[in-house]
Amino acid sequence: MTSIAKPPVRHPSARLNGLGLALRDYEGAMSTLCAGCGHDSVTAALVQACWELDLPPHRAAKMSGIGCSSKTTAYFLKQSHGFNSVHGRMPSVTSGAAAANRGLICIGISGDGDSLSIGLGQLSHAIRRNVDMLYVLENNGVYGLTKGQFSASADLGSRSKRGEANEQAPIDPVLLALALGATFVARSFSGDKQQLVPILKAGLAHKGLALIDVISPCVSFNDHEGSTKSYAFTRAHEVEAVHADFIPLRHAITVGEGSEPVQVVQLHDGSSVRLRPTADDYDPTDRDSAYAHVRGCQARGEIATGLLFVDETGKDMHDFLHTVETPLIDLPYEQLCPGAAAMDDLMSRYR
Amino acid sequence: MGTTDVTDPRYYHRVVDCQWACPAHTNVPGYIRLIAQGRYADAYLLNRESNVFPGVLGRTCDRPCEPACRRGRIDADPVAICRLKRVAADLRGDITDRLPKPATRKNGKRVACVGAGPASLTVANDLLPFGFDVTIFEQSAEPGGLMRVNIPAFRLPASVLDEEIGYITSLGADMRYGTRIDSMRALLEQGFDAVFVGSGAPKGKELDIPGRWDAPSQVHIGIDWLANVHFGHVREVAPRVLIIGVGNTAMDCCRTVKRLGATDVKVIARRGRKQFKASPWELADAEEEQVEIVEYHAPRRFVVEGGVLTGMEFDRVEWHTDARGRQVSTVVGETTIPCDVVILAIGQDNAFPWIETDIGIDFDQWGMPTVDKATHQSTRAGVFFGGDAAWGPENIIWAVAHGHQAAISIDAHCHGRSVAERPPEGMTLTSAKIGMHAWAYENAYDLASRARMTHESLEKRFADLSVEVELGFTPEQAAREVQRCLNCDIQTHFTASLCIECDACIDVCPTTCLTITTNGDSEEALRTRLSAPAVNTDQPLYVSDGLPQTKRVMVKDEDVCLHCGLCAERCPTAAWDMRTFDLRLPYAGQGAA
Repeated sequence: MTSIAKPPVRHPSARLNGLGLALRDYEGAMSTLCAGCGHDSVTAALVQACWELDLPPHRAAKMSGIGCSSKTTAYFLKQSHGFNSVHGRMPSVTSGAAAANRGLICIGISGDGDSLSIGLGQLSHAIRRNVDMLYVLENNGVYGLTKGQFSASADLGSRSKRGEANEQAPIDPVLLALALGATFVARSFSGDKQQLVPILKAGLAHKGLALIDVISPCVSFNDHEGSTKSYAFTRAHEVEAVHADFIPLRHAITVGEGSEPVQVVQLHDGSSVRLRPTADDYDPTDRDSAYAHVRGCQARGEIATGLLFVDETGKDMHDFLHTVETPLIDLPYEQLCPGAAAMDDLMSRYR
Repeated sequence: MGTTDVTDPRYYHRVVDCQWACPAHTNVPGYIRLIAQGRYADAYLLNRESNVFPGVLGRTCDRPCEPACRRGRIDADPVAICRLKRVAADLRGDITDRLPKPATRKNGKRVACVGAGPASLTVANDLLPFGFDVTIFEQSAEPGGLMRVNIPAFRLPASVLDEEIGYITSLGADMRYGTRIDSMRALLEQGFDAVFVGSGAPKGKELDIPGRWDAPSQVHIGIDWLANVHFGHVREVAPRVLIIGVGNTAMDCCRTVKRLGATDVKVIARRGRKQFKASPWELADAEEEQVEIVEYHAPRRFVVEGGVLTGMEFDRVEWHTDARGRQVSTVVGETTIPCDVVILAIGQDNAFPWIETDIGIDFDQWGMPTVDKATHQSTRAGVFFGGDAAWGPENIIWAVAHGHQAAISIDAHCHGRSVAERPPEGMTLTSAKIGMHAWAYENAYDLASRARMTHESLEKRFADLSVEVELGFTPEQAAREVQRCLNCDIQTHFTASLCIECDACIDVCPTTCLTITTNGDSEEALRTRLSAPAVNTDQPLYVSDGLPQTKRVMVKDEDVCLHCGLCAERCPTAAWDMRTFDLRLPYAGQGAA
């Protein structure tokens, strides 16, 4: 909580984006999360990414479930649509919203509890359906709202604030997503916006579900010594496997800048992402290579970050379901509802 | 870029733009906060510590603080600092029992002050409570100097002046009115331990062009003419008056002639409006009284026919910048403006015909005394200069600042200490945190625009020369205006060792003042890496020690920090804290015993 609203004053050098909006026009309400919460930095990164992309706020739908993470949607894009759903059910509600309106830019915000415990089935099937959405999983390893019990992403041996060690194996959302066939899988850190912002932009431009696991420390219950999701531990063990630069549409691409090998992946909307793997044998467009690399890092006690895998050729939910291009709200009533005669005709076919 | 040393009081002092700009370093945000709390007497006394004449300066100050005000960089108009000072003076009630008391024991040191203007009075104010005998020699019958005879009563009522000067004279100053000092040698022979010269810059500049001396009764020197009005020697003026010059004296002259019956008043300027010396608000007040300002006219000659001044001839000029970047004028025509009276208000000179040249007080080629900038001592030990007498015309607040410094020197000199060793400035820095989300100041940002001063109606103000034009802020106006102050004295204080680099402060800062980045190069390079690149490089950067986790540094661009405290509220480890900065200025009497 803070005592005052954020003063409506801008820095004199503040610029406007292509829509004539300032960065602060992409902000939302004042955060009521704990001071120092990683989620607030993720919010700031989302504000930055949406502003840089000239994202029209009225085209965005902010979707969430329950938990500290799910409060995030209130803190950015105050002029957008939003749905704060039941615990763990954000992916279903988002699937419905996306099916009803293909023009929406769906931004789902969830946490390790919302996505890996109560909502694990929902997450898995949203990945399989490949819902066209950005899926940000704010991962802090604990249930913060209920005062710090281990969540499903807590690492083996990680110690709680009271000193107990976690004995159950963690669910790694990155490995899970790779195994389930996700077409965009990334991991980042709330304390590293230089890495996070381009990944968010690429995720927003990606066709299909873009899962970004963001290590987002819980400053109240999981930032102590012995935690493996603290600011200090993440900084000490983070290894950037792939560096991603987002290149917007209409921007000159100069492949091969510098000496490092670069892979350029053209995204659905014409923009592109330049990928620079930090290991020689790593190919971020090869699922098995990505899986092996993340597993290898895990075995060494490292946290692999970056845009770990991207496949822009996959089919998404709209392709599977043959959804109409026009948002349902814009279809004439006669098309949406074929009428009693058509219904009778349909029913007669099953007699 | 090196780590910023915030233990040096000058760093945080500079952040308080108004206090830094004020020659007397008045604690502006401190007294504005006291006004906000309705503590007018406390606000007045805090003011008086440094500027001695809050009631006078709240009406007449040249306000170096206001152009410096941070609020002016946020939404164009600075806080109405000067007129808030007047609110504290107007509403203070009886504070006499809280003023310094006359010394109960004399220290046997005798100090002479020449002139009873603001500089000498400040010296007396600072020295009398410590047992000095202070004798002030004043040629006229009343104290105040230019504050009394050159500032018209419609801007500064005599009662305000009398009361605030009375606080000083009642400390036991030996006031010698009607006593003109004609010889420094004779004064020195009276055996004073120290002499302070605060005799001002009493000589108005001449305009020696053809015709100047052909009708002398119709051409006047501004400051002399204003004094004659004050003393009642001049009670009326002919209908058509030209004022030559466009400084604050010209503004006082043109507004005074309007009150003495002139109907056609023109102020003539050689340059354009942007180069005017008059304060913008004094110019606005004059124009409100239907004074015409004529730009780009350079005087050529006085037109005198048969011994009577009938007008003045001018070159019409245009200004442009030459190859060396200087402003030069070219004549594009000429014009004659008819008039009955001309008042010259083109500046003032110093004049020391009464200081002998062979007594060890050196003067430069322009007739100005050689005075040390810090100690105010002349080339003769024990003789000090201050106010306009030291380095030429300034304004009242500078004279007060000089008085304080000279008093420190006089104290040191009389007690055998070196005047060159200046007592240091100090500071206190106390956390403003008083609860989870509660601070010892109001940190909310108020969108209100600057309060407008209410003026007496034109009809009433022209009825009598002494009707005060500005009515002062009402308590309601003041209550709103104080909320515009950004509390720059509540400093954002950073402790690098506590920082966990969570970015919370950077994310929440409304004006993007904060950056965590790598250090190791020049300030210029660092400025390009800020979250919001600095546009105003006059404002300092704060650079922390290396941060514990990544060894990067926290950088703060002070330029448009609102001092809202959100960085400290969102900081989980209290690495950022809001701390009340109180500059401790040295004054006379605080030196080693």
